[in-house]
Amino acid sequence: MSVSLPPAASSAPISSPDAGLNPVQALALSPVTMRTGRSFGRYWQHVWRMMAKDLRIELRAKEIIVVMVAFSALAVIIFGLAFDLRVPRPTMVVPGVLWGVLLFSGILGLNRSFSAELDHQTLTALLLAPIDRSVLYLGKFLANLLFMVIMAAILLPMLLFIFDVNLFQFWILLALLLGIIGYVGVGTLFAALTATIRARESMLPILLLPVMVPVFMAGIKITEQVLDGRNWANFQNWFGMLVAFDLIFLTVAFLVFDLIWEDV
Amino acid sequence: MTNPTPPLIHVQGLHKRYASKPILKGVQLAIGEGEVVALLGANGAGKSTLLRIIAGLMKADRGEITLGGVSMQNAGAELRRYVGLVSHAPLLYEHLSGLENLTFFAGLYDLQNSGARIEAVLQAVDLWRRRNDLVRAYSRGMQQRLAIARAILHDPPILLLDEPDTGLDLPSSHMLQSMLGHLSDNRRAILFSTHNLERAANWANSVAILTGGTITQYASPAMIDQDVWQGLQAVPRGKP
Amino acid sequence: MSTSTLTATTTSATRQRSNHIGWLILSTLTMLAMGALMGAALLYAKPATNLAGTEQIAQRIFYLHIGSVVGAFIAFLLSLIGSIVYLIKRDLDWDRVTQASVEVGIILGASTTLAGAIWSKPTWNTYWTWDPRITTTTITLLLYIAYLLFRNGIDNRQTRARFSSIYALFAFLSVPLTYYSARWFRSIHPIVFNGANPDAQGSFNIGATMLQTLWVATLAYCLLFSTLLIFRWRQLRLQDRIEALREELE
Repeated sequence: MSVSLPPAASSAPISSPDAGLNPVQALALSPVTMRTGRSFGRYWQHVWRMMAKDLRIELRAKEIIVVMVAFSALAVIIFGLAFDLRVPRPTMVVPGVLWGVLLFSGILGLNRSFSAELDHQTLTALLLAPIDRSVLYLGKFLANLLFMVIMAAILLPMLLFIFDVNLFQFWILLALLLGIIGYVGVGTLFAALTATIRARESMLPILLLPVMVPVFMAGIKITEQVLDGRNWANFQNWFGMLVAFDLIFLTVAFLVFDLIWEDV
Repeated sequence: MTNPTPPLIHVQGLHKRYASKPILKGVQLAIGEGEVVALLGANGAGKSTLLRIIAGLMKADRGEITLGGVSMQNAGAELRRYVGLVSHAPLLYEHLSGLENLTFFAGLYDLQNSGARIEAVLQAVDLWRRRNDLVRAYSRGMQQRLAIARAILHDPPILLLDEPDTGLDLPSSHMLQSMLGHLSDNRRAILFSTHNLERAANWANSVAILTGGTITQYASPAMIDQDVWQGLQAVPRGKP
Repeated sequence: MSTSTLTATTTSATRQRSNHIGWLILSTLTMLAMGALMGAALLYAKPATNLAGTEQIAQRIFYLHIGSVVGAFIAFLLSLIGSIVYLIKRDLDWDRVTQASVEVGIILGASTTLAGAIWSKPTWNTYWTWDPRITTTTITLLLYIAYLLFRNGIDNRQTRARFSSIYALFAFLSVPLTYYSARWFRSIHPIVFNGANPDAQGSFNIGATMLQTLWVATLAYCLLFSTLLIFRWRQLRLQDRIEALREELE
């Protein structure tokens, strides 16, 4: 796309030929070239940079993962107390505890993903950049996905520890991955929706949890069946549900994300 | 004087309601290359809103904006490449260093040879020595200087500044003035809003006054009516 | 793009009159239809032959139960349409349609659940089961109550319309997925509430008078939904207009 604006490369000469240019004058000498136009490769480069930026910040600020892990540890212990000696076999409750804790602690991470940008108005800087708004969605999505996978990786050993149930089985892990993808896909969008409104922290769970019910049900059923030793035929339709959910909702979220940022 | 090139910033008939209240009611503005324009108006007059619409952050309800002859409605994201905005908030990541912030934004603007440009820009705002410190350790003046660095990193022909002098310490303020002086060559249009009439008079070669949702006066500082100046000084904060 | 609620909503006096007459007719029809429904449900429909006692009488709630769920479904479908049209055309009238239909849908949905609970206690001796239809209805109610809460938290009129429309899109899309999930969730247990399953307790065969009453119920609830929708929609319109006038005066 060609624009009739003056080229970005600077060409104005500085009048003083001698050394001792002050840095502000020297600025005019440093050329700027930008790649314009859109390209598939560069789009994903932007997404990657967006995600990398969030990861680096999280490594330093430690606001998200630590909070999610702490909350889930507490939740597991509380549920452990709640069901202790009341339930003949822990495999009866562990699926529910796993998915329930996942859903609730994920909210904590999702809340931070956009509210951090708003607190310092860095969101404005991102919206000023000549990138597709969807880059913002995908970048945040990938970062949040990674954070939740890390939290799940810590949650599973905790459940093993407290309930003595081994959840490290292929179909359960796959269900977790698909479920988390759907959760973060919708959750990132809803976090963007709620970030700018008044009661932002309390609104996100109210909006997100009812929409996640199909994923919740699918996850629990798959986990139950696998723990009961059933085979693929028993829960293949639940995997169909997870995949359908992910495809439908991620597509809609991706398409609709642009509409959020019209009035910042 | 016939000027065949279209003005860098051309706003026509701009209307904007915010939360059901009309703020801009038909703004007309044309700023060409080499102009430094101070946008004056009382609090709540819509200066920030106007700047944000030109920057592409908000959409106007009605009206046309063309930047360098290209209509904003048609161009979309690419047009933002040619605009830089300095706000009164720093718009920086406090957990990243100055250098990391600029490297990130350079990536978003697809700058080539960004290393050299980043160094030049950091030297110009005198933050090169502190480039590896986290932004949360910067003083307010330093943060604003880095914000200016971020805005000019991609050498935009259109530079917008939304009350850039708020909360600046004196040396940073001088630096900003010197920077604006050097940046205002005849390839660039600079539009900044301010409350400070003295700054408006000293830094700009034209003044635009926004009252009642439109630009009521647009002239060099010397030509503005004295009573308008007085009126601007006397208007209490908070009333448009 | 119509953003001025004032110029868009001023209607001429004659137009207002014909509108008022239209609404009067609609409301009267609705009242007659609901009255006819009550008569049909309580008197006209023959009692279920294989039930007895309180169960037999309680069965009559069925007509209200079905009627309100049809109304709720239409309401939520209309909210989806309103959301999509708003996002495309940005006409606030469509946003008001969305909000009004969600509100009416919640009322009808809540009355479905309530009627169901009142019916199921004497019949199955429980207020609640995890029957897929009940589960889905309840989750749907929660979804749309969240919609209203969400709207409540946004001050800017256009942002409120835009954001809630986006959410309404997701809410509606999740309902079929929730329904199928709920069905599969209990597949190893018998579906308790299934008129066609002769083994299900409290089931009954649908006779001719019952079928007719069901049609009356559907018609009556559709009229009820339309009336409530139009009145609420008009109320929202006037509310926005008052807001705009208030802003002008300030």
